[in-house]
Amino acid sequence: MTSPDSTAVSCHGIRKSFGTGDTKIDVLRGIHFEAHRGEMTFLVGPSGCGKTTLISVIAGLLDPSEGKVSIFGQQLAKMTSRDQILFRRKNLGFVFQQYNLLPALTAAENAAVPLLAAGVNRSTAVKRSKEILDRLGMASRADNYPRTLSGGQQQRVALARALVHEPRLIICDEPTAALDHKSGESVMELLATSAVHPDRAVVVVTHDNRVFHFADRITHMEDGIITHTEQNPKLQAA
Amino acid sequence: MNFIALRMLISDRAKYFGLIFAFAFSTFLLLNQISIFCGIMQRTGSQILDVTDADVWVMDPYTEYFEQTKALKDTDLTRVRGVQGVDYAVRLFKGNPIARTIEGKFASTFTIGVDDSTLIGAPRKMALGRWENLREANSIILDRAGYALLYPGQPLELGRVLELNDHKARLVGISDASAPFVSFPVIHARYSEALHFQGQQRNQLGYVLVRAKPGISPENLARSIEAATALKARTTMEFVRDCIGYYLRNTGIPVNFGITIAIALVVGLAVAGQTFFLFTLDNLKQFGALKAIGVTNSRLVGMVVLQAATAGFVGFAFGSGMAALFFEVMSKQMATRGIILTWQVEAIVAALMTAVILFVSVISIRRVIVLEPASVFR
Ligand SMILES: Nc1ncnc2c1ncn2[C@@H]1O[C@H](COP(=O)(O)OP(=O)(O)O)[C@@H](O)[C@H]1O
Ligand SMILES: [Mg+2]
Repeated sequence: MTSPDSTAVSCHGIRKSFGTGDTKIDVLRGIHFEAHRGEMTFLVGPSGCGKTTLISVIAGLLDPSEGKVSIFGQQLAKMTSRDQILFRRKNLGFVFQQYNLLPALTAAENAAVPLLAAGVNRSTAVKRSKEILDRLGMASRADNYPRTLSGGQQQRVALARALVHEPRLIICDEPTAALDHKSGESVMELLATSAVHPDRAVVVVTHDNRVFHFADRITHMEDGIITHTEQNPKLQAA
Repeated sequence: MNFIALRMLISDRAKYFGLIFAFAFSTFLLLNQISIFCGIMQRTGSQILDVTDADVWVMDPYTEYFEQTKALKDTDLTRVRGVQGVDYAVRLFKGNPIARTIEGKFASTFTIGVDDSTLIGAPRKMALGRWENLREANSIILDRAGYALLYPGQPLELGRVLELNDHKARLVGISDASAPFVSFPVIHARYSEALHFQGQQRNQLGYVLVRAKPGISPENLARSIEAATALKARTTMEFVRDCIGYYLRNTGIPVNFGITIAIALVVGLAVAGQTFFLFTLDNLKQFGALKAIGVTNSRLVGMVVLQAATAGFVGFAFGSGMAALFFEVMSKQMATRGIILTWQVEAIVAALMTAVILFVSVISIRRVIVLEPASVFR
């Protein structure tokens, strides 16, 4: 499972600092990190330790100050910014803590956005997104607007949006932080059952230890450094 | 993505209506002020345009605009007639005698004396009676607005008698003369009779009206007349432009309207710009999410422009509708007759509003472009 060609994300010596001079802060201080296909990798650690910064760098939304990131063997840093965007559009799915759904669009339209962005026509895109919503138990809510949905339902729409274009890497930042335990549990359950796929890696940032049992691998981070990685805690727990 | 942009725009009703209102208000003010300005400027030449029988107006070299005339000599008429290419040339009197009704109402007038034998220069748009009746002795034609001024509230009726400088004149027709710049009644009479209305002033031959022979261009004829007589000769349109130019240079009208038009533009820019900018700021998080998902900057710029252009276009349509309604009512009022909304003014305002929309989108576009996609995680 951890053979080299199963590597989806690999980070070497990532440093990232913000500001200059006296106000300069080193947020990432030499990160080595890997995530693998077919696995759900949790990135955990106290608030402010740099988790969000790290996944932003992985996703190519932030440039690292130093170090090398490759995703499925490709280095985003070596691509033109346009190719980076196209790569992200094709290969990455996102789930955010605050859902970030567009309030003017229905659930199905929201989930269809990655396809629309890629130029798929509206009816095809919405049809595909409805299939995903159906799998996530949201069929009856497909035509609802986000404001009429509960937090758990909105996060499921966000999950559908992350899955609709069948990306090879899904990045989730604190997907359960805004949800009560029950909804959080069921979103994680869906993530584990629907998102994990032999060709796909899922990286989940969280500090919600109630959902740790869903992880295939847990990477611990503290103050800008990876401290240790636990493998298959599920199996260990069993 | 376009439907997403439009949905974003209209889903926030309060801001959407605010935006439309700003664009509509600005459009209305611009259309309104520019049209009234053009209408008033056009009035400075309306008496010239009403004379459809002449191609060229000949006047004293010092005459700058219609109302300021220095008398020509009678021999000037003969000299103009002698110029090659002149089909006919007739005299036109212009004066401002005071008219008095039997009831005692009086007003300064615009009195025009037309050639006795041909009646060239007589009003062709008549509300009542025929212009040919001017041939009758002591006859005059009064315009409709002047009639309303001298006989307020009374139905149009011929045969009434007006006193002009102690000369009694009988109303044989009521014309539909275009509104003059100053709201004096417009009176037409025969040249020989108009002279008596004016009284002691000797100012008589104001203009010589010339018709060009077929095949001769009025411009060329005007130049030949100037060369041959040392008088000033202007084609109808040149003379109208002279008058408009004179008022533009010598009155506060352009400044006053200029200020209102500038204010309308600034208010439109400021209010629409502000509202649209706030709208974009509110949506920044959504644009950030789209950016992270992989929507390109150029696509996002397209969305912003589409939003601004849609709000701008709807606002422009509303503003134009309001202006059309306004002028529909206004052009029927006596005092503001003839002031209309022309397609030229619509085109000018459409261009101005396009500039406003571009300006308004530019500041919003800047914010969307510099937006860090990583900000969606915050
Ligand atoms: N754009 C930025 N400018 C300055 N400081 C930043 C920026 N982004 C993050 N930081 C700082 O980096 C540190 C780590 O932030 P973050 O990666 O969000 O942590 P986490 O997600 O683990 O809570 C924090 O101290 C935060 O203030
Ligand atoms: Mg974070």
